[in-house]
Amino acid sequence: MAKIIVVTSGKGGVGKTTTSAAIGTGLAMQGHRTIIIDFDVGLRNLDLIMGCERRVVYDFVNVINGEASLSQAVIKDKRTDNLYILAASQTRDKDALTQEGVQKVLDELSTNYDFIVCDSPAGIEKGAQMALYFADEAIVVTNPEVSSVRDSDRILGILQSKSKRAEQGKEPIKEHLLITRYNPSRVNDGEMLSVSDVEDILAIPLLGVIPESEAVLKASNQGAPVILDSQATAGQAYSDAVQRLLGDEIGHRFLNVEKKGFFKRLLGASA
Amino acid sequence: MSHADFQLKGSTITVVVLDIYRYLPDSFSTQLEQKILQAPQFFANSPVLINVGKLTNDGSPVDFRLLIKQCSELGLQPVGFKGASDEFASAIADTGLASLPDSSASVRAVSFEAPEPATQADPEVQVEIKTVVQEKVVQRPSKVITRPVRSGQQVYAEGADLIVLSQVSEGAEVLADGNIHVYGALRGRALAGVYGDTEARIFCQQMDAELVSVAGNFLLSESLDESIRKQSAQVYLQDDTLKVIPL
Repeated sequence: MAKIIVVTSGKGGVGKTTTSAAIGTGLAMQGHRTIIIDFDVGLRNLDLIMGCERRVVYDFVNVINGEASLSQAVIKDKRTDNLYILAASQTRDKDALTQEGVQKVLDELSTNYDFIVCDSPAGIEKGAQMALYFADEAIVVTNPEVSSVRDSDRILGILQSKSKRAEQGKEPIKEHLLITRYNPSRVNDGEMLSVSDVEDILAIPLLGVIPESEAVLKASNQGAPVILDSQATAGQAYSDAVQRLLGDEIGHRFLNVEKKGFFKRLLGASA
Repeated sequence: MSHADFQLKGSTITVVVLDIYRYLPDSFSTQLEQKILQAPQFFANSPVLINVGKLTNDGSPVDFRLLIKQCSELGLQPVGFKGASDEFASAIADTGLASLPDSSASVRAVSFEAPEPATQADPEVQVEIKTVVQEKVVQRPSKVITRPVRSGQQVYAEGADLIVLSQVSEGAEVLADGNIHVYGALRGRALAGVYGDTEARIFCQQMDAELVSVAGNFLLSESLDESIRKQSAQVYLQDDTLKVIPL
């Protein structure tokens, strides 16, 4: 049985799809058979971030409607073994997702995969609720600013009350906090909430802190998940997060302002 | 092990006690009917225990079956007799209803003497109907929430206290007819005594509420004293004014 992980946030533009791509790729790199599903019907992005937009023939909605089989719609990633993608439909809207349809697809995938990563759309409406309904675990992506934190709090409430596990009175969804676009120097200047501020407000375990990094934008535009960039701090931070998701206890990095080395200071002074 | 089909338990019930002093069938029936008409709802199908401890019929026999029938016709349900003397014991046993021993001292203490027959115009039968009403305070269990109350969620403890063992987020609302306890940060809205209980209070470990209210008297976050912010505090009503003081 696959473990279903939803990547959600409430607020848009905080890095859900970037995170879905990175975490999914990271899990596959660890040898786990993983599929990432784009639930953002009508605003399909995952295929771009994964660099497989030209290979989408059938999509998630086609499978739900019985117009294509799963094997026709699932795209195998070219870079990473064990990694598969199910794209969203760009020409439809969220009403195309039905609970029965989603359940059928997830049930079928469950027997074949170790992890199903559901990339949720923004908001708290039907699309987002459908993405989180069947989840076993949730990665709540939050930027260190007040509106993002409040929306994450709202989505945590929905995870508690409107998921299948909540409705059936089962063990609640395991929640993970992932803080993205973290900039320690702006935190020091008081422009950004600190990790402890966010943890204090949301009160869920911290999965990882992804530093703000130019590598993220570059990776998105190149269609390669940032976790593949082992030189970038963001890539390393995502690798750490995947390790923690798999149960390893490792310390958090990139939380403090990087001390400038001797040469950097020298160069900085001369520039 | 199989389950027992029944369980024997002791229980206290409230019944109407009919103290009868003298029994003359016609006037008994008339007087009882008049009494019942004063509160027909109250006596409808009411179980009644007939206390014959004070019954003297000048040595003449009493037709207890007729007495029972008269009570039944007027809508009462005779359940038994109490305090039967040897004089009536066998007649009562023949009716088939329960015969209880004379009442305990406590009941005797609250029963009072029959009025003097001489003061009555028609002192043939004196019926006194006594009701014993037991009042019990029914307490509803407090509502206990163990997980955070998140933004957009609302929790209401109807007729009870609310205990939150976690935080109440900004944009969340907790309400109770009684007190509210928050063993964490209170960042949302808390309304205690929403049904008008002015004695209700709010207790929290970290006061950072958007709004606190007791019985409709509310205080907004901006009116909170800065010294109390993020401190453990309680909120209560004093002379129609909300007081917020450290715990």
